[in-house]
Amino acid sequence: MSAFLTYLLNGLAVGCAIALIASGLVTIHRVTGVVNFAQGTFAVVAGLCTSSLLGLGFPHGLSEVSAVLAAGVAGLLTGLAAIGRRGTTPLSSLIVTLGVGVLAYAVEIVLWGDQPRSAPGLAGSVTLAGARIQTHYLLVIGVTAATFVLLALFFGRTYLGKALTACASNPYAARVVGIDVRRMGLLAFALGGVLGGIAGVLVTPLRPISFDTDVTLIVNGFAAAVFGALTRPVIALAGALLLGVAETMAAGYGYGSHQLEVALGLMILVMIVQASRRSAISEEPA
Amino acid sequence: MIEVRDLVVSYGTATALDRLTLTVGRGEMVALLGPNGAGKSTLADTLAGLLRPAAGTVRVDGRLALIPEGRQLFPDLSVADNLALGGWRSGQRDPSFVYELLPRLAELSSRRAGVLSGGEQQMVAFGRAMMSRPDVLVVDELSLGLAPNVTADLAAHLAGLNRSHGLTVLLIEQNARLAFELCRRAYVLESGRLVTEGPCDELAGDPRVASAYLGGAIT
Repeated sequence: MSAFLTYLLNGLAVGCAIALIASGLVTIHRVTGVVNFAQGTFAVVAGLCTSSLLGLGFPHGLSEVSAVLAAGVAGLLTGLAAIGRRGTTPLSSLIVTLGVGVLAYAVEIVLWGDQPRSAPGLAGSVTLAGARIQTHYLLVIGVTAATFVLLALFFGRTYLGKALTACASNPYAARVVGIDVRRMGLLAFALGGVLGGIAGVLVTPLRPISFDTDVTLIVNGFAAAVFGALTRPVIALAGALLLGVAETMAAGYGYGSHQLEVALGLMILVMIVQASRRSAISEEPA
Repeated sequence: MIEVRDLVVSYGTATALDRLTLTVGRGEMVALLGPNGAGKSTLADTLAGLLRPAAGTVRVDGRLALIPEGRQLFPDLSVADNLALGGWRSGQRDPSFVYELLPRLAELSSRRAGVLSGGEQQMVAFGRAMMSRPDVLVVDELSLGLAPNVTADLAAHLAGLNRSHGLTVLLIEQNARLAFELCRRAYVLESGRLVTEGPCDELAGDPRVASAYLGGAIT
């Protein structure tokens, strides 16, 4: 029973990291209509930056915040490449983000090499209801919860957040009232970069990060985002937690090498169910 | 005021507006009539700066606001948020000025715009446009999909603003009766070209206009 609880709590923490990636994907997609396949890259950039900054002797806190900001800049640059030119279609932008992800491999290998890097996280562990959980996992859960609350406040209470929601809701109307939809799209990419960066900073102490870790991250994040139809962050969060728990359970009960397959399988299942629901709705007689 | 000279607007190889020239004087209320596909909304979008002319000039004195065809609200946001975003350009976020003009909006302020009736949504679109404190208002299909009493109510507000605030109005309409009631002058646009213009009472007597827009009967 305690092993089950341990896997569950660890799974929730893994799910939280996935949720951060997914929330970045959802934020960018809602505002721009672009599926950003470079989202995992932001986490990798932040993870590698944290590792380097801590290695250079910078203190915790400063290193992590700087790394997240670097990921935000990476998000902005990706946005400039993807939607910077007026009239670029979401499909063309998607392909650009794929290209950015591949280009990022080269840059990361030049800067950090091809070996995985890690960073020290929060040390120690605590016992909850007989289940042992690393303190860093609790940090991941806490930071993710705080991030989602801040995101909800940003989108629900601030003028800028409402302008972003307006762009997602009706881009033409947003232009009518004078909102620069392209600039808002760039802001969404920067925000997506920050969210991916937070995920990267949190994950690096748990799983060493290398240039190609983005594949695992984006597959998981995309699966969760698809669960929320790429538009609903709270449902994406639920999907991410489900995915995190399913993967951790699979690893815990002896199928550790099949974690990615679990994510891919769930993603395909969700996409099939959603596609069949959509076609059922469209075929329904009026 | 609005001054459009030899305006050409194209979508790729298709010409939506072909050497269009029109003027709306300061404080004037002018109608633009035309069937679907005539280029009326293209003109509205061009005046609002959303489309770039391929040729010709567009000059607008003062701040212009557009009430787009089909209301085009932010359905997930509240009425108050829709209004606040209407002040994005002007930096005016306090909707109390609009609530004075349209008191019904104050009662609806916390409701989601997407769940309102067509008339209420048009009122929100009206209020949102007024949030930018415009000197010039372009109204694209005020009456579209609305009951006659709702249209009459909104038209009364529009006429009141034109009289009391000296608001310059370009009323883009398919409903010629409404346009002729509200405006003194009108232009008629077909297939991107101006086919006729003049005082509304004269246009109402024009058999071509009567046949196309007044159901063949001049009332």
